[in-house]
Amino acid sequence: MTAQVLAFYLFAIACIAGGVFTVVARNPVHSVLWLILSFLSAAGLFVLLGAEFVAMLLVIVYVGAVAVLFLFVVMMLDVDFAELKAELARYMPLALLIGVVILMQLGMALGVWTTAEGVVLAERPDSVAGVGEHNTDALGRILYDKYFLLFQLAGLILLVAMVGAIVLTLRHREYVKRQDVVQQMHRDPSATIELKDVKPGQGL
Amino acid sequence: MQTGDLSIILPEIVLSVFAMAGLIAGAYGGRDRLGPAMIWTTSALFAALAAWIGLQGAGTATAFGEMFTDDAFARFAKVTILLSAAAVLLMGKGYMARCDLIRFEYPLLIALAAVGMMVMVSASDLMALYMGLELQSLSLYVIAALRRDSVRSTEAGLKYFVLGALSSGLLLFGASLVYGFAGTTGFAGIFEAVQGRAPVGLLIGLSLVIAGLAFKISAAPFHMWTPDVYEGAPTSVTAFFATAPKIAAMALLARVVYGAFGGIVGDWQQILAALSVASMFLGAVAAIGQRNIKRLMAYSSIAHMGFALMGLAAGTVAGVEAMLIYLVIYVTMNVGAFAFILSMERDGAPVVEISALSLYSRRSPTRALAMLVLLFSLAGVPPLVGFFAKYSVLLAAVEAGLVWLAVLGVIASVIGAFYYIRIVYIMYFGDEESELDAGGSTVLASFLVVSAALMLFGLWNLAGIEGPAAAAASTLVR
Repeated sequence: MTAQVLAFYLFAIACIAGGVFTVVARNPVHSVLWLILSFLSAAGLFVLLGAEFVAMLLVIVYVGAVAVLFLFVVMMLDVDFAELKAELARYMPLALLIGVVILMQLGMALGVWTTAEGVVLAERPDSVAGVGEHNTDALGRILYDKYFLLFQLAGLILLVAMVGAIVLTLRHREYVKRQDVVQQMHRDPSATIELKDVKPGQGL
Repeated sequence: MQTGDLSIILPEIVLSVFAMAGLIAGAYGGRDRLGPAMIWTTSALFAALAAWIGLQGAGTATAFGEMFTDDAFARFAKVTILLSAAAVLLMGKGYMARCDLIRFEYPLLIALAAVGMMVMVSASDLMALYMGLELQSLSLYVIAALRRDSVRSTEAGLKYFVLGALSSGLLLFGASLVYGFAGTTGFAGIFEAVQGRAPVGLLIGLSLVIAGLAFKISAAPFHMWTPDVYEGAPTSVTAFFATAPKIAAMALLARVVYGAFGGIVGDWQQILAALSVASMFLGAVAAIGQRNIKRLMAYSSIAHMGFALMGLAAGTVAGVEAMLIYLVIYVTMNVGAFAFILSMERDGAPVVEISALSLYSRRSPTRALAMLVLLFSLAGVPPLVGFFAKYSVLLAAVEAGLVWLAVLGVIASVIGAFYYIRIVYIMYFGDEESELDAGGSTVLASFLVVSAALMLFGLWNLAGIEGPAAAAASTLVR
């Protein structure tokens, strides 16, 4: 039990520290690296909760894809982060004030948190899934059965995102030569190559 | 999941399959050459689906474990959404062609947005609500930025996207607090759990959910994006923004507050009343100084949403009925007004300055007259249908004991009448002859004239929408 508690505090502290350094780091590349630490720690917390599938998703999707994409964007785009931060500093006092007020309100609300009658808070995810059932199985079952409609709608949303990215960025330029595989395969050497017999000492 | 569930969402399935088939046809077939044909087909499909849904019998059916409800309220909203989307799509075709914006994806994105809106008005679960809302919003962000060579259009899309993401975050956080209290995301379950005195945590959740939805209908403290997006987006897209998505978001708000929080009417009533007053006054006052007619229509839509919210804030069956009637009339007026705005051009180029309308009545008397009728109706001048829209929400508010709200509504309405009538003044008594083209497409002219005629002749029985609206309202309010 103590090892688990120790692991919890380790991951929790690393998660918060990662978040703080993401915001305060001067170098944007360092920010992204701190963000990755934060994601990994959150994944560790999920493992402690017994939600290993969500933990693996976090590692694969957020660390593997999103954070790496961030890294590329940060390194390739020439954004002056110092200027952005200076802009941010001007609004900092007001933002802090609003943030503190909201935090206190939420603290008050959560301090007296009650649930409706008959609602039981589950301690761990596996107490909801069937006994001895892997939570990947349980997630898969409700995703494709109970939440079928939501799953399909999520698919449509991703389709819109893809179509949107293409509509807003793809341009068919006249002078760009694109690869046309069929045309390449049907190229006939006799139509494109001409053999010339060049005599020594003479040009073409 | 059973086949019965699928048959309930068949209209949505048909529209999604159409959109996907259209994308494949566009990508492998004629690309943007298919654009005009695709606009006609999408419009025709919208109209056919509206007829299909409208002719379905009465009754309520739920699907997918009560996540999706098909009742009279949803059908009423869906028919209005589909018909207005069909009309706006047809109206915008000429404009899109002239601005070289006819991409085959444009009608298909609108079709996908329509699927999202249909899910929104049928949602009876917080998760289904969010999915519908995101499907609709994401499509709208893209079409706002459709004119990608224009800085304004791109800025409109980006601004809409960033603020929309923020509002979705608020909505989700609120939904998680509600779930934390009720232990379920289904509206029926929340309705049972939330009765009597609501604890503070739930109230914060409720406020955040309403704030997120208020952003989508551009109610007053959450309206900042509206003028910029309306101005920056291509005019035909603006016309779409001002019609179908407003009905969808308003219907969704009604469904959330009555379906899930019907047990604590007093708690959300004050939030909606505050939003309503702020929207009415901001829309009325801020529109006065506008020189651009698209920005003016943005503020006009904010003010109108304030009036529709007044009906919702009444918290009665009559209030919901008044809100639905208000929305239908608002959409009809806006279709006509945007038909006029889309036909404003000088030497073939679109014009949006109000001053360009100077003495337009001499150029094109019929159109000026039709626009006069529409503007008077938007302002709520008595003999026209727009007056009865305002009258019904004011009456509902008074009957619910919100006399102060109704009085403030009348004051805001009088202030707002100024800027509508100013346009009429400029059109009839301006200084110099307008240089706008007198001709224009017959499609736009017919939409303008039909909409204006409805404002005059709809006085009899409000064109028969009262009956369905009353049936829709009584299924929603328990």
